[in-house]
Amino acid sequence: MLQRLEHLLGIEDLTREQISFILDQAAPFQEFQKHPLKKLATLRGKTVALAFFENSTRTRISFATAAARLGADTMNLQAEASSVKKGESLLDTVRTLEAMRPDGIVIRHSSSGAPHLIADRLGMPVVNAGDGTHEHPTQALLDALTIRDRKGKLEGLNLTILGDILHSRVARSNIFLLSKFGVNITLCGPSMWVPRELESLALNVRRVSRIEDALKNADAIIVLRVQTERLHEPGIAPEEYILGYQLTPARLKLANPGALVLHPGPMIRGLEIDPAVADGPQSCVLDQVTNGLAIRMALLYHLVGGAAVEAPPAKEKPKDSPKD
Amino acid sequence: MRVVEKRQLLSSDEIGRTLQRLAHEIVEKSGGTDDLALIGVRRRGVPLSERLAKTIQSFSGVQIPVGTIDITLYRDDLSTVGPQPVVHSNEISFSVDNRDLVIVDDVLYTGRTIRAAMNGLFDLGRPKRIRLCVLIDRGHRELPVEASFIGSKVQTSDTEIVEVHLREIDGDERVVLVDRVA
Amino acid sequence: MLLIKNGRVLDPSSKTDSVQDVLLSEGRISKIAAGVSAPDAEVFDATGMVVAPGFIDLHCHLREPGQEMSETIETGTRSAAKGGFTAVCCMPNTQPVNDNASITRGIVERAAAAKSVRVWPIGAASVGSKGEALAEIAAMKDAGIVAVSDDGKPVATARLMRQVMDYCSTLDLPVIDHCEDPSLFAGGVMREGPRSIRLGLKGIPAESESICAGRDVEIAGLTRARLHIAHMSTTGALEYVRQAKKNGLKVTCEVTPHHFTLIDEDVRYDTNYKMNPPLASRADRDALIAGLVDGTVDAIATDHAPHHAASKDVEFDRAPFGITGFETALALGLSELVHTGKMSLTRLVELFTTGPARVLGMNRKLAAGEVADVTVFSPGQSWTYRVAESPSKSRNSPFDARPFKGAATATIVAGRIIWRQ
Repeated sequence: MLQRLEHLLGIEDLTREQISFILDQAAPFQEFQKHPLKKLATLRGKTVALAFFENSTRTRISFATAAARLGADTMNLQAEASSVKKGESLLDTVRTLEAMRPDGIVIRHSSSGAPHLIADRLGMPVVNAGDGTHEHPTQALLDALTIRDRKGKLEGLNLTILGDILHSRVARSNIFLLSKFGVNITLCGPSMWVPRELESLALNVRRVSRIEDALKNADAIIVLRVQTERLHEPGIAPEEYILGYQLTPARLKLANPGALVLHPGPMIRGLEIDPAVADGPQSCVLDQVTNGLAIRMALLYHLVGGAAVEAPPAKEKPKDSPKD
Repeated sequence: MRVVEKRQLLSSDEIGRTLQRLAHEIVEKSGGTDDLALIGVRRRGVPLSERLAKTIQSFSGVQIPVGTIDITLYRDDLSTVGPQPVVHSNEISFSVDNRDLVIVDDVLYTGRTIRAAMNGLFDLGRPKRIRLCVLIDRGHRELPVEASFIGSKVQTSDTEIVEVHLREIDGDERVVLVDRVA
Repeated sequence: MLLIKNGRVLDPSSKTDSVQDVLLSEGRISKIAAGVSAPDAEVFDATGMVVAPGFIDLHCHLREPGQEMSETIETGTRSAAKGGFTAVCCMPNTQPVNDNASITRGIVERAAAAKSVRVWPIGAASVGSKGEALAEIAAMKDAGIVAVSDDGKPVATARLMRQVMDYCSTLDLPVIDHCEDPSLFAGGVMREGPRSIRLGLKGIPAESESICAGRDVEIAGLTRARLHIAHMSTTGALEYVRQAKKNGLKVTCEVTPHHFTLIDEDVRYDTNYKMNPPLASRADRDALIAGLVDGTVDAIATDHAPHHAASKDVEFDRAPFGITGFETALALGLSELVHTGKMSLTRLVELFTTGPARVLGMNRKLAAGEVADVTVFSPGQSWTYRVAESPSKSRNSPFDARPFKGAATATIVAGRIIWRQ
């Protein structure tokens, strides 16, 4: 159960039950997004630190909105404007934040393992909003929720992930999550970005070099961004990429009818995805955004809510229900 | 927590008759069924509200809307020790704006649940009126909340618990007063 | 005078393995026999212990001059003594780099002042280890270096390696290379493989080391010079060494204790698992152990690389490479190689004594007239390594709180006990 989770550092170590719980708990928060008044008092008085050492607009806004709608306040650290540029270490930066006593910290960092480094040291919940090329657990959760809502289930579906999988934390988290639910995963992209070892990440993962083969029988397709800022080695020219791997309407037709198209964003229309597909009826990108908010609210509700401070014992209540 | 049954407050038949009476009262005191809607408080308010609506339909011919509200996100006991309770969705398929709402719950005790339910309803819109219908009013109010429609008023002490069993949830059907064992 | 009584004398050179007494006098071994009597001598009771020639560590970093926050010659040698080493060879990647005689002399003088284990400096191959011009190797030899290396990096080009080898062969100095291909290494932080993919850490393929080792062995063939491969970690490099030895080339190699103990699958988000070369695959580790057993590998060397705590307490990819190793080397050798039955105790002692000595072109034996450097250890003693108790200034070891069976009990240099338990 999520109750036993202290942090959300990655999908790899979560059980199927824990993941299902989070997905189920997102439903009330999905419904909540339709309320005229989107403000709860559930986390009133709590503060969530948003420590974004790597630039991100969408994820940061999503977490900030999730916290605000739950009634919490936020502390905002953004890498560009911060002391990190002056050489302050990660631990020192985080300890400075901790001294202001937030009730939880959401961290995005360019080093794989950064959230693990701080989770050991801080006395509060840590939520990984993306660490290096390792994991992006909330993205995988919102992707799974989107697929599950549209398809009714996850088991037995065929998922294709297209793009630079080697450098994608979104891909890894999705692979970890969906394979736990019996999804068949096909990876496809330029071969230097889809090494053999990816098949060892989880069960039912295979690599395919031609996009046409990768899309056959797909029920859902996750299109990854071409990460120009993360290329350490000689890259591939855009025209080459488009030729080999762009998801066009014609290629999409090779997938199962009604196959879902997902993208973690931001999209580069015309590069990895044809605009007609991005804006077409099979595209779930807007649902992904709404679901991201619901997932993050559910996570903050469970991880940051609940006591960090011992309250005086309330009059004893019967199990699970408040005092009537 | 161990409890021992002290006495039965309502039998299955008595619950049935009480609900019948309450259904008629609601319609009477609302001057009809216009704009009326029932909101059952999860958990046991839900089957109660459904039964009331069915009864109302059977004598008035009108099917009044029934919704469900989950108050978990509106509770005021925020700093409890331990994990957060599981949240459930509301299921209110109609707008609450300008509605004549009756909140339905099994037991009215401190009034905090109803306060939370009202907060939840105000997040959804602006009802014309909100009243409360409960099967049992056990006293010990901690907030200025009153029920307009009461099945039965019972004197209880702080250590006692009113247990409502409804067949849809518990299998059996009765209301009992239990006490904590030392 | 020091009489080491009743210990199991294990001298690989003479194939001795028997309980005898060893008498040391005026810095030399005076007598080895049963029932030696020496009424004026200080007595060390070595009952139940092994008495071996003094251990030599071919590869360590003492960080002086310039990086004294992490270690000094004084603290490093005390840590080495606690590990049973009587002599250590320190690499030149200090600040400034040890590329000239005056820095070499400075190191030798600091070591003498520390009055601990012997320190034999290794000089840089190129000026500043920049890989351009030859360093003042002859002058450094006069000042006391025992080998040259640009450790921390590979010797930059094949052409420079050839020049260094040619030059050093006339000076009769071995050239030690840290084998790595910079273009394949580029930005990597651990061995490339399923584990690096899982952790999202940039990987270094094994071929980075083997390509460079192959290059070095070819040049050793061209120059007939003495080549020693530092901290070898791959099957590829091992095979080049094996072939070179078969072809009669003067090629030797060393393996660190962490490379015969841990593997890439052990790596986690803990910078005590980050070192260069990185922890290798299971297959490589097993091949290295086979090489240690069959003699393809000449020596165990620690690559003791202290880094002060704050510098290692950072994200994995930002941390410096390296772990300490003096105090766990013997224990790991015993637990992973001897107690598991993979090799004899004599072979392990060779890897710490005659093997390294041969690489340096010297002898290491327990015989009358030899220098009185002796390592005494208890192969069966149970203990737990606690990094907080180390005399080193640094704490970067993955073996903290690990229980061991086997420990050094006395380290004797020039007839003087410089450390005992």
